[in-house]
Parts: sequence; C-alpha cells; structure tokens
Amino acid sequence: MPIDVSAEVMSNHALSADYNVLALAAPAIAEAAAPGQFVMIKASAGVDPLLRRPFSVFEVLRDARGRATGLTIFSKRIGPSTAQIYDARAGQRMACLGPLGRSFTIVEPPAEAWMIAGGVGLAPFATLADSLRARKVKTVLFYGARRAAELFYLDFFRDRDVELVLTTEDGSLGESGRVTAPLERRLASRAASAPVMMYACGPEGMLAATARIAMKYSRPCQVSVERVMGCGLGGCYSCVVPMRGEDGQFHHVRSCLAGPVLSADQIKWD
Amino acid sequence: MDLSVRIGALTLKNPLIAASGCFGYGVEYADIVDLSSLGGIVVKGLFLNEREGHPAPRIVETPAGMLNAIGLQGIGVRRFVEEKLPELRARRATVLVNVCGTTLDEYVEVSRILSEHEGVAAIELNISCPNIKEGGIQFGCSLNGTYDVVSAVRKVTTLPVIPKLTPNVTDVASFARAAEDAGADAVSLVNTFLAMVIDVETRRPKISNIVGGLSGPAIRPIAVRMVYECRQAVKIPVVGMGGIADARDALEFIIAGAAAVQVGTANFADPCLWPRLLDGISDYLRRHDIRAVSDLVGSLDTRARDKAWIST
Repeated sequence: MPIDVSAEVMSNHALSADYNVLALAAPAIAEAAAPGQFVMIKASAGVDPLLRRPFSVFEVLRDARGRATGLTIFSKRIGPSTAQIYDARAGQRMACLGPLGRSFTIVEPPAEAWMIAGGVGLAPFATLADSLRARKVKTVLFYGARRAAELFYLDFFRDRDVELVLTTEDGSLGESGRVTAPLERRLASRAASAPVMMYACGPEGMLAATARIAMKYSRPCQVSVERVMGCGLGGCYSCVVPMRGEDGQFHHVRSCLAGPVLSADQIKWD
Repeated sequence: MDLSVRIGALTLKNPLIAASGCFGYGVEYADIVDLSSLGGIVVKGLFLNEREGHPAPRIVETPAGMLNAIGLQGIGVRRFVEEKLPELRARRATVLVNVCGTTLDEYVEVSRILSEHEGVAAIELNISCPNIKEGGIQFGCSLNGTYDVVSAVRKVTTLPVIPKLTPNVTDVASFARAAEDAGADAVSLVNTFLAMVIDVETRRPKISNIVGGLSGPAIRPIAVRMVYECRQAVKIPVVGMGGIADARDALEFIIAGAAAVQVGTANFADPCLWPRLLDGISDYLRRHDIRAVSDLVGSLDTRARDKAWIST
C-alpha cells in the first residue's frame, strides 16, 4: 500500500553537471520497496512545476542494525523538476509517494541475471543487484552511456560481485558503441540450455533493440519503461503502453499499475 | 456546521467531488483515500464499449497546468457496472458517472444501463471532451445538440442529469440555459480548454493528438468567471471546477455560485489533498460565522461596483 510522506532531504550528491543521487528520509517507503518499484516526487510546493515525477527507488539506505532509514533516487537534470532535484539541499522537504508499481521478478540460480542499463536507466538496478546477490545469482551489468564520465556507481556493482560490461558512444571507456552489441554477442555464444533472465531499463530505442534481441534468442526479458506520468496511481491514464492482452490484441495498459516492469515480448514496440 | 449540499434531488455530505478523468474509476484510490469521505466521485467517462484512447504521450505539463489528450480510454459501461461499481458501493462512495456517446442513442443507452443498477447517484453527461473527433463536443458546442441530448437522456432516467459544459464556446451561459430548458438537474463546468504545446527543437507537438485540453490552476480565473455567468443565467445548481488546488480556490467557486465543486488535476499532484480542502472550508465557515456551506453559494458581494471611485 503506497504512502505519501513529506520527506526530508538527507543528502544530495552531484555525480556530474547533470546527474545526482538524492537521499530522502522516507524509511517506511524504503522498507516496503521492492526492486523495480518507484516513487512519485514533488520537489517543491506550489503549482509550477505542478505535477510529481516518477523515479525508481535507486538504493535503500539502512542503519547499522539493518533498518531502513531512507531511499535514494538517481536523477538526470532534463527539466524544471529534475533541476530542482539537482539543486536540492539537505534539510528541505519533498513530497514522496510510494512504493508504487510492479517490481522485477527475481530469478534463482542456476539462471544468470543480465541487467542492461542505458544512461539514467541504471536507476532500478542497484536494489535489483542486492536482491540477486542475496540469492547468489550470477549477475552481469551491461551498462552504456555517451562517455566515460557518465558511467556511475561502477564500484558499487563491483563490490556486489556484478560483472561489468561497459560501453560508451565515444569509446572513452569500455567498448565503443551501443550496449546492445556486446549483449547480443554474449547471448549468441551462450548455450540455449543455460538460462538467463534479462532486465533492461534505458532509452526507448535501447529497450526496443534489447527486446528484439531477447526475442531473437528466445530469452525472457523484463523491461522497466518510462512514460510521462501524471499521478502514478492509475487515475490519469497518461502513462499507457500498448501491451498484448489475453485476447491476443494490443491494448493500452497503464504502466504505473501494470508496470513499470513489463514483459518485453508483450509490448508493441514502434 | 453543515457541510452538506444539494444538487437537485441529490444530497452530498460535502461539496468536494473528484472530477471525471482525474480519479480513474475511484477504486484506484481506495488504498490512500477514504472514498466515503468525499462528497462524490465522478468516475472516468464511459461509452457503451471499451475504447483504447490515444497513443502516448498523452499529457504535457504547462505553466501552472497541464494539457491532456487521453482520448477517453475506458472499459465501457457494462464492465464498469460489473467490475468497479460493486467495490465502490462496498466502500460507500457516492458515485456519479460521466457518460459519453458518439451518438445521441449511445448517451441514452449508457444512461439507461446505469439507471438499472444500484449505486449510481447521478449522471454527468460528457458533451464537452475536446479530444475526440466524434461525439461529445458536437453536442456540447451546439445549443440544439445540448438540448437534444439532455432531453433524450432525461426521458430514460430518474437519476439526476448533470451535463458537463465546455468552455470552448463564446457564451457558456446560453448552454447552461439550453440544458436547464431540456430538464437538466444541474450543470457542471468547466471541462478543459482546447490548447496546444509545441517542442520548438523538434517542431513536433508535445502530445500525440496534437491538441489537448488545458487544466490546472492556470485556467482557474476563467472557470470562476464562467461559473459566475452560469449562476446568473439559470436556476438549477451549478457544479464548478477548474484548477482548484486548495480550500480558498474551492471557496472562490462557491462564492461565485457553485453549489459543489470538483477537483481534478490537483489530485494528481496531491492525492491526499481531500481532508486539507474540507478542513479549510470548515475553518472558513467557522471564521466567518456561517452555519452551512450552502449559505455561501452565490454570495458574491458586488456592491463595491456601485462606488464612484471604481467606475470612474
């Protein structure tokens, strides 16, 4: 059940000129959140900007005794709301509603987990990596960005025994090009009998390409989609995704309720 | 203190109603809002059959507002009465249903089906959605069309009939009169203002339908004016809406002449706003020593207009 809290900003860590990690004191939401779920945040009171913005729960922060103290979000400054989140200072408050939406389905060994992240699409994978590690699932992160300076939290994943496969569009770190290239090579070389669960989050083009690759190699793939979202609760019908229904036809499904984690092979990709 | 309001034969426990299209079918909010605490809930517009609506993107934020073109996606009236209405009844919600149609017959048929089911308190006729090509607005932008659809629905139901008016006309009060003449129990207004947002970098519209309906605080002063004009023009109650985000906004509509108010867009930003709104209205009544909220309806004091220093 989601709750709405006025959460104090615990810290704000700028990662670059436009990426930041914001920590919010929302322990009840953090305790209840499952990997892939999201929160709706309003960075300032008042009517401009008017609406909240959806963010994956990036990390669950815990005290020495393991109790949740808060959560973080991984944000990229692209508009007025994310600019406010980038500029936020410790001590100020933000409305935070969550946890919302459907979480990732987490595999068990011997299946491997391959996480595919593009840019700010890294957001749902920190908590997922923790859950996978708790189940001793071998995990790979395919992580692509424009340049080396936009690949973040690499040590976080290394510390959790996640194998990193990095790509940059300018070739400044890892393989040059798109993240889907090493992903496809790795799938092509893997025995069909060896199970893999793919988890993807990132730009729409990357998700569509990942979905095509997953279908080509008959691998299950869960994608976390991002849509312009008005409310996060199913009230506004703005965040729809065309999904195949039980009747075999495509229907508009609210990604806030049915998702944000959806099965890639059921989505109608443009 | 009496917070109850009457809209024709319908008595609401307070004047706060969740606006259609902004509260799903109500059940989506049951975990975080006590549905029975609201004066009423207008559920999302229903046609006879299911509709897919427009492709995403369907909304874009604007200064102090938002533009939407959802395209009236919906599950159709039959699935609504089977799948949603029982839960709304169990939660003791006062349910008003927003009725859509592509033809006059469809409005009549949807209204008839709803009238056969327990748990529907009133029908709001959507003759004002700006976002679909066929139906709705063709009735809402014509005085004869408004009269015809209201009188046709009036004949098949004993439920209160409340046509929802569009602001996208020159003289909204004349539409309120047409609705009253046709037997409407009340009118509600405003629906959204037809509007447009362009991404100049790509030269593309920001929403898939190109144009959409503007809502939110940005439209509130225009909506208050239109509610005031309708209140002057008709004897039936006026239900006011347009950018209400706090108690003061709701009071403005009530003083302008709204017997009850609907809250839409603000609910997206703050789904837990209802107790705050109601407490704010109660505080105001207490502070001004007003016994009943209904005493405040249409209580606008225009005497200052007569003062020479204003007119000169």
